[in-house]
Amino acid sequence: MEGAVKEQQQAQPQLIVSVGPHMRSSESTATIMWTVSGALMPAALMGVYYFGFRAVAIILVSIVTAILSEALTQMALRKPVTVSDGSAFLTGLLIALNVPSSVPLYIPAVGSFVAIVITKQLFGGLGFNIFNPALIGRAFILISFPKQMTTYYKPVMNVTGMDAVTTATPLGLLKEDGLAALLEVFHTKAELYQHLFVGNRAGSLGETSIAALLLGAFFLLFIKRYITWHIPISFIATVGLLTWLFGGTEGLLSGDAIFHMLSGGLILGAFFMATDYVTGPSVRSAQVIFGICAGALTALIRLKGGYPEGVMFAILLMNCFAPLLDRRVRSRVFGKIAVKELK
Amino acid sequence: MEVTTIKAQATFSGGVHPAYNKELTAHKPAVTAALPTRIIIPLSQHIGAPDKPLVVIGQEVKKGEKVGEGTGFVSAPVHASTSGKVTAIGNFPHPLGMDVASVVIESDGKDEWVSGLKETPDYAMLSPDELKKMVSEAGIVGMGGATFPTHVKLSPPKEKPIDAVVLNGAECEPYLTADHRIMLERPTEIVEGLKILMQILGVKKGYIGIEANKPDAIEAMQKAVAGSPGIAVLPVKVKYPQGAEKMLIKAVVNRTVPAGGLPMDIGVVVQNVGTAEAVYNAVRFGRPLIERYVTVTGRGVKEPKNFIARIGTPYSQLVEEAGGFTDSAAKVISGGPMMGISQYSLDVPVIKGTSGILVLPLAEVSVKPYGPCIRCARCIDACPMKLQPSVIGLFIEKERYEDAKDYNLLDCFECGSCTFVCPANRPMVQWVKKAKKELAKKKSQ
Repeated sequence: MEGAVKEQQQAQPQLIVSVGPHMRSSESTATIMWTVSGALMPAALMGVYYFGFRAVAIILVSIVTAILSEALTQMALRKPVTVSDGSAFLTGLLIALNVPSSVPLYIPAVGSFVAIVITKQLFGGLGFNIFNPALIGRAFILISFPKQMTTYYKPVMNVTGMDAVTTATPLGLLKEDGLAALLEVFHTKAELYQHLFVGNRAGSLGETSIAALLLGAFFLLFIKRYITWHIPISFIATVGLLTWLFGGTEGLLSGDAIFHMLSGGLILGAFFMATDYVTGPSVRSAQVIFGICAGALTALIRLKGGYPEGVMFAILLMNCFAPLLDRRVRSRVFGKIAVKELK
Repeated sequence: MEVTTIKAQATFSGGVHPAYNKELTAHKPAVTAALPTRIIIPLSQHIGAPDKPLVVIGQEVKKGEKVGEGTGFVSAPVHASTSGKVTAIGNFPHPLGMDVASVVIESDGKDEWVSGLKETPDYAMLSPDELKKMVSEAGIVGMGGATFPTHVKLSPPKEKPIDAVVLNGAECEPYLTADHRIMLERPTEIVEGLKILMQILGVKKGYIGIEANKPDAIEAMQKAVAGSPGIAVLPVKVKYPQGAEKMLIKAVVNRTVPAGGLPMDIGVVVQNVGTAEAVYNAVRFGRPLIERYVTVTGRGVKEPKNFIARIGTPYSQLVEEAGGFTDSAAKVISGGPMMGISQYSLDVPVIKGTSGILVLPLAEVSVKPYGPCIRCARCIDACPMKLQPSVIGLFIEKERYEDAKDYNLLDCFECGSCTFVCPANRPMVQWVKKAKKELAKKKSQ
């Protein structure tokens, strides 16, 4: 019987044998990372427009530090160097967009280093980190350099940024001096919203221009479909709802939801950081819970906490719960309910 | 060729959109493959115990003569697909990847039918049991690829009343056009086969689900069912795996097969359109299943074609008849690119479940290494069973099979949608196959 088989073998070309499927989509981890980085470009460009040359320097330093940190750590750990997948570039860019234009350049460099080496690589690299690397990097430098990290320049709108004047962010003004002080600067509510929307206000490099951020978010949501509405919309809506309910000075329902949704790092955080695949839950219903909780924590910190802004801590706290959410909230298997009904 | 698609909303939740590549062969009428000089009839072409050979080496056999017969209920006989002499009975390569006991017949070139095939023009007068016997004797199995013996599917237990038969003409596997061509070329036979299936099961409702990218097939089938009460042709949305049994039932009759259950649990029996045609031939002309439509396609062959090929025809012959390999041919797949099985040799024969032979050039073969899961959830959205392939994959990677089972591993039917969309190129289907084997091993210990 064996002979029969042997006799059959003929000269044939070498064939590749593997388990299916034998077709793959063209999407790769690298295309995702580079595309998300691209979607942040409008916000980065607006940061450069408002804050000048310093913004360019900060962006470059953050990205270069992130990439070098990743490559060197991987070499030291004798792992393949994977900087071409764009994830370190994206982390570096996010660090830059999350610092004020006034910071000395070593501060975002420290942030990128902590983000990549400690938060990402030492936890096992891409896919294994518990916390959003860029946000841990930012939290580290915020706590280490509180003075520099809360000194904001007014938008200068000239390339050199020479005649920069420091000022408080709108959220900072509201927290320290109240609504009256805020309106003194921006005159009317309408003017305030308008400034917030285009980005002509003090703040971190990439968080100020809501218009630019929404442009990138629209691209990711509807054109590339890399992210879904579940986390960002539930996050932002919860902040709006809670600040409207409890954020006013004249009792319930007197808060300014629009102001809260447009200010601080909420839009940047909700669309580009809370949606980080690795550190959030992956089942859609769990993502809604994640978004609502992050929104509630943000509102709590903004309204009752010591910091004027709470998006960063809210997302980081929710990162802790992502594995738990993924474990408790499961997808509903096709036909699983019917079984219960049958029994 | 521009493929027009008619509007169809009926579908399931999830799924993916691979490039269909059907334009390579969709417009080409099937040609009858040449009579092979040597035919290999595996004794296992169905799900169930292998058949016992009924012939001995040296014996003369006629076309349509039974050469192997099963012992259990879940089995199907196999027949000689031409006349000639049995020259070997032994283990030969099989498209499912292992060597299988087979009967080898050297053709005598006469291609003579066995005598005594019974024609039954008035089959509508026969009882369900008589019809079922004819289907079983003809060795008919699911020709969509699953090769489950058809007479078993037609014998549901009494407590599971059936009220609808669904014919599967979705053909959602990219590249394949065998079902498309049979619907264009033999629509009346398919509808008659459907009526026989309905007669056997005593049901009044019959459906033919066809993906909306085959408007000509939909039209042909609609013409063929005109005047047949209770039978409807339903265009379904173009999406992989629309042709998977559970997904087709969801789209066509909007019922959900319970997890771990069978279509008969919700009163439905699904059969492939090719199977229906085989049923008609078996009942009307007494002919066993000895040939089928096979698409030989891909950019690794020079002239992609649709064939009507005898069971037992070596793949090498069909590839030759399709112009042979191109210089870059690198992978041969039995079936479609999503669920098909790659072959290490062209010596394997066409079996009852061979819907296509796909030859991919090197440029289209993915040999990228896989990376870490970034939990992007694309697989969760793609999974037609609504599983969490990412989590299942992570568990299996760590050999935590019980945990994978807890995440409903056993509900996976290995359609490959998760692996298709995975940006990190993770081999989920391979892992799932491995985990199922490991769990079965553990259970049997």
